[in-house]
Amino acid sequence: MLAFLIKRSANAIFVMLSVSFIAFMIFRFVGDPVELMLNEQATQSQRDELRTRLGLDEPFIVQFGTFVTNAAQGDFGISFRNQQDVLGMIAERFPATFELVIVATIISLVVGIPMGVITAIRRQTWYAETMQFTSIIGVSLPSFVVGIGLILIFSVWLGWLPAFGRGETVDIGWWSTGLLTHSGRMSIILPALSLSLFQITLVMRLVRAEMLEVLRSDFIKFARARGIPARAIHFRHALRNCLMPVVTMTAMQIGGLIAFALVTETVFQWPGMGLLFIQAVTFVDVPIMAAYLCIVALIFVLLNTIVDITYAVIDPRLRGAEK
Amino acid sequence: MTDIPAHDLARKPKTRLRLFLDSDVWWSFRHSKSAMGAAIVLGLVILAALLAPVLSPQNPYDLAALELWNAELPPVWMEGGQMPYILGTDVQGRDILSGILYGTRISIFIGIASVIVSLLIGVMAGLLAGFYGGWVDNVLMRIGDVLLSIPIILVAILVSSVAQAMLPPELREAGIAIVLVLAIALYSWVQYARVVRAQTMVERRKEYVQASRLVGTPARRLMLKHILPNTLTPVFVAATLNFGLAILIEATLSFLGVGMPPNQPSLGTLIRVGNQYLFSGSWWIVLFPSIQLCILVVAVNMLGDWLRDALNPKLR
Repeated sequence: MLAFLIKRSANAIFVMLSVSFIAFMIFRFVGDPVELMLNEQATQSQRDELRTRLGLDEPFIVQFGTFVTNAAQGDFGISFRNQQDVLGMIAERFPATFELVIVATIISLVVGIPMGVITAIRRQTWYAETMQFTSIIGVSLPSFVVGIGLILIFSVWLGWLPAFGRGETVDIGWWSTGLLTHSGRMSIILPALSLSLFQITLVMRLVRAEMLEVLRSDFIKFARARGIPARAIHFRHALRNCLMPVVTMTAMQIGGLIAFALVTETVFQWPGMGLLFIQAVTFVDVPIMAAYLCIVALIFVLLNTIVDITYAVIDPRLRGAEK
Repeated sequence: MTDIPAHDLARKPKTRLRLFLDSDVWWSFRHSKSAMGAAIVLGLVILAALLAPVLSPQNPYDLAALELWNAELPPVWMEGGQMPYILGTDVQGRDILSGILYGTRISIFIGIASVIVSLLIGVMAGLLAGFYGGWVDNVLMRIGDVLLSIPIILVAILVSSVAQAMLPPELREAGIAIVLVLAIALYSWVQYARVVRAQTMVERRKEYVQASRLVGTPARRLMLKHILPNTLTPVFVAATLNFGLAILIEATLSFLGVGMPPNQPSLGTLIRVGNQYLFSGSWWIVLFPSIQLCILVVAVNMLGDWLRDALNPKLR
């Protein structure tokens, strides 16, 4: 077990080092930071001084070392564009993205699980077939097209829901939440829905596949033979045995959702990290790009590692599975 | 299905066409409504895109053909709509239908190109890693692991934005499509590499490979002529599904503003541009390119889904 833990953590650290290397390379590739930070009248000696102060005259590997050490302490430098601390800017935007992702995840479970159960137990009916067919379409629809469609229908044509922004927010400590105000709750519906659509189809397909498997097992046959009502068999006995993979997948997908939220955030002008990143990309604001990449990758890698380790704790067979 | 007598089958060498028509895949295709439907729709979309110069009422790239007094015309079935602008026009008086046909061309081109590039990289990497093992295998697969541990959309955005910032201005126009293809391929080769590697590791231990090695066949020939053909079935399925994914990623990048520029619009660019007029009432500028993109991706994915089931012996 200890060996597995060490191996898995080493793997995660290796991935994070590679990601920060990529982030560091972006700095090297995109322009000369000295040119970006000084104006054109700066003299050669000013340039040289800044170069020394930024450590740009050090050897490559030393510079990378400095970058990693700073990044590990949360210091990603200051934004080229508005001279603010990068980590602070991202931290300020984090609650918006996090709430969006959590609401989307809840929607996907609440809608996806019942749909999966229904398509599994009523396999031949027209509505189960329709759901199954729509799920293929749901996987294929680009999320920004879904977002635009939702805005067109619910904001432009029907005028029911706001199409952009986060509504009013309330600050609780450093966390700003939109879930406590009416306008905040109305604003989150459309973005969360469009972010969750893909997730709904994933959950539905997974639950369906698991249900079909479980329904064939002996304990279900026995429960039927005992005369337990079908509803109880399906929702209490069978469904419970399907939920473990669903929980795993949901946990692993959260990292992906946080990254993917940047598309949804752009469509709905949702003031989260993703929107900040896209704006940074437009202005080639490298420190923000690099910091965002590192933070999202960190969340992604952490979640994956935790899920893997939890699995190994639950199921000892997996510990030696990796060759 | 066919009326060829048994002795005939045994004697005559079959032509490739005959082999194909007798295959399980073709049989399953003819018995799957969704596969046939998707194939027909996809065929029509591709045909229309290829024939764009003939079919479109207007060349959307020719600025001289644009008439500003034709700007923001609604589709013909609505009040104020005019022929030949069947689906209406955008704010510059550009015909939406023509824009879509030309845009589909660009989207399909980038999709196909990135699938080909990633196939080449992925199959090569997979063959080398599976055949040689050892450090070659370790290095290649580790690179793949790292790439897959970052969300795809981030990799693509970073690569294409950084590359575009690095390109000298005079190359930017021509280079963007290539950059996009590489950005998408950079991510998707890993999948092929893993599939081919796993299959290669199985195949290289088999007797036919051992025998061929004994008679002194060089490693390159062993890999390309003997092992490669036996690894291609799952690669083919992955390629079809990745074609849909590649079109989606390109559209997303263009929508976010790091993809094709407005003067060479793909479907994603058209949607990005049209999105600005969503609230001014000109919904057709954004709606029709979106529908076309959905039709294209759904058709490709349905074909891919079917192909995966048809080629999977476990499901027969």
